[in-house]
Amino acid sequence: MKEIFILAEHRRGEIRDITFEMLTKGKELAEKTNMELAVVLLGKDVKEHAKTLSQHAKKVLLIEDEKLENFNSESYQKVLSHLIKERKPLLTLIGHTSFGMDLAPSLAASLNIPLATDCIDLEIEDSALMVTRQMYGGKVNVKARLRQAESYLVTVRQATFPAEKASMNGEIIEIPSPLSEEAANKRFIEYVLPPPGGVDITAAEVLVGIGRGIKDESNLPLVEDLAKALGGVLACSRPIVDKGWLPNDRQVGTSGKTVKPKLYIALGISGAFQHVLGMKNSDLIIAVNKDPNAPIFSVADYGIVEDLFKIVPSLKDKIYELKAGKA
Amino acid sequence: MDILVCVKHVPETAEADIKIDSTGKTIEKAGLVFDINEWDDYAVEEAVRIKEKLGGTVTVITVGSEDANSTLRKCLARGADKAIRLSDPKFEGSDSYAIAKILHKAIKDLPFDLIFTGAQAGDDGYAMVGPILAQLLGIPHATMVKKIELKNGVARVNRELEGGLEEIVEVKLPAVLTIQTGINEPRYVSIMGIRKAMKKEIKVLGMTELGLSENEVGEAGSWIKIEKLYVPPVEKQAEFLDGTPEEIAAKIAEILKARGLV
Ligand SMILES: Cc1cc2nc3c(=O)[nH]c(=O)nc-3n(C[C@H](O)[C@H](O)[C@H](O)COP(=O)(O)OP(=O)(O)OC[C@H]3O[C@@H](n4cnc5c(N)ncnc54)[C@H](O)[C@@H]3O)c2cc1C
Repeated sequence: MKEIFILAEHRRGEIRDITFEMLTKGKELAEKTNMELAVVLLGKDVKEHAKTLSQHAKKVLLIEDEKLENFNSESYQKVLSHLIKERKPLLTLIGHTSFGMDLAPSLAASLNIPLATDCIDLEIEDSALMVTRQMYGGKVNVKARLRQAESYLVTVRQATFPAEKASMNGEIIEIPSPLSEEAANKRFIEYVLPPPGGVDITAAEVLVGIGRGIKDESNLPLVEDLAKALGGVLACSRPIVDKGWLPNDRQVGTSGKTVKPKLYIALGISGAFQHVLGMKNSDLIIAVNKDPNAPIFSVADYGIVEDLFKIVPSLKDKIYELKAGKA
Repeated sequence: MDILVCVKHVPETAEADIKIDSTGKTIEKAGLVFDINEWDDYAVEEAVRIKEKLGGTVTVITVGSEDANSTLRKCLARGADKAIRLSDPKFEGSDSYAIAKILHKAIKDLPFDLIFTGAQAGDDGYAMVGPILAQLLGIPHATMVKKIELKNGVARVNRELEGGLEEIVEVKLPAVLTIQTGINEPRYVSIMGIRKAMKKEIKVLGMTELGLSENEVGEAGSWIKIEKLYVPPVEKQAEFLDGTPEEIAAKIAEILKARGLV
């Protein structure tokens, strides 16, 4: 029986959510096409992870090796190409994460098997693979077909599928590591944790998030005043941190913080998925953007298609009026 | 240190009204403003900074039509020494894999210690060209790089992971690094600088000069074939508030009050 592989992603002792999300999609595909779902787990001393994963799939293919202790695309690529050549899965799913983005493209090129990255959906029709992905910062969806092949590789966007719940009692199959030596050209040295201190935006009840639409650093006081009026804190999209206008502990998104305040006001933020994943679970989202087609409006509860510089001062005044009226 | 930087000329779409064209397979390009891909801008700046510190050369390379010259000139104005444009009507329809193959042919005989690409392109967002190019060249790579230290034939780099975490890895040179935004602050390019760069030569190479065959490029040489573009279905649509700014502000204030947020 042909297999579908899910590459388990784990870091610093934890299985990452994307693994369970891919399992949801993988299970659906395997059932539809009558294939077998297998989780591939590489690492050092990861039997506990293997046990956890065996509750989610028929098979866990476990390869343990000291040389796989930390993620290293060079060693991972060697092991995976060995496994893919040997077992010829129709499809291998890898997360579109810092891990998968470092691994999947060179793996695909080395095996010359087609790869589509950052997919939000996929379908198998006969043995052809169709994928859905996004372009232009989420303004357009694309349906694409991969070149006909015996084996395909796909990286999957985070938080696109719900996480799979444990429902199985799968088998753990230990496979000897094909690695004979440490990676020759790439070496993991250490993790660098974000510096502690600063403002904890994850603890704030009200966040005013600003994006590139704020245009200039000199406009910061204006939005700071609004945040103050609301008793909230300023947060931002990535370009604001890249420009050095706010420190990086204020960044919301995949490479920043995940927040869930009672109120998130997005000002001049387009709504790229990397940002949205960090704030979409806020209780109430209000977005102000000049562009009626900005993707942020599909996660917002309320949308205002207007110049933020017209809305912000009026809103601040109204809030103070309300507060004064209350007093 | 000789550094090659692969750059892409892309439309700016964050604020633009995007229309799918009549073929349904691409967008209408007319009226869109094109510029260097945001990530590549940081890559070029990083290369120029290394050159200024250690000496050597910076060469920028793109796959694109004549329109892409403006992006190459911007890179020259920023401090790149040479510019190469790979262009052929047959390249039309190439995906990232085919683009990497085209770049590989142009690069394999050039002298280099490092190759930079952007971590991804802002238009199609595949994030594939850099690491595939590394594989084709048989050299190591590191993606999403936010800091680089060079010593003794090794690049010690910080890779960005999720949630503010980074990792330090070492790769042997020559290597491909894909550059993440925020690694530096790209310098301002003056009109004068661009004008001066107008005089510099841009070397143009086509399919035959590169020794590529038709089935290696375009749709035939690609992994991915686009079938159709469509406007994303709305899962949840915001309720739009309208009126004058004062009226809108009053409506927002009411909503916040009703929820006990003010
Ligand atoms: C690996 C990786 C990780 C990333 N991680 C993150 C992350 O953690 N967080 C993050 O935010 N991004 C992240 N990004 C970047 C992300 O892809 C986007 O580039 C970024 O979120 C865009 O920020 P923005 O919305 O502020 O800017 P843009 O996309 O440029 O949008 C600006 C918006 O402002 C609007 N606007 C302009 N002027 C006005 C005005 N006067 N009034 C009202 N609206 C106006 C425009 O219509 C536009 O929609 C990451 C990218 C990569 C590749």
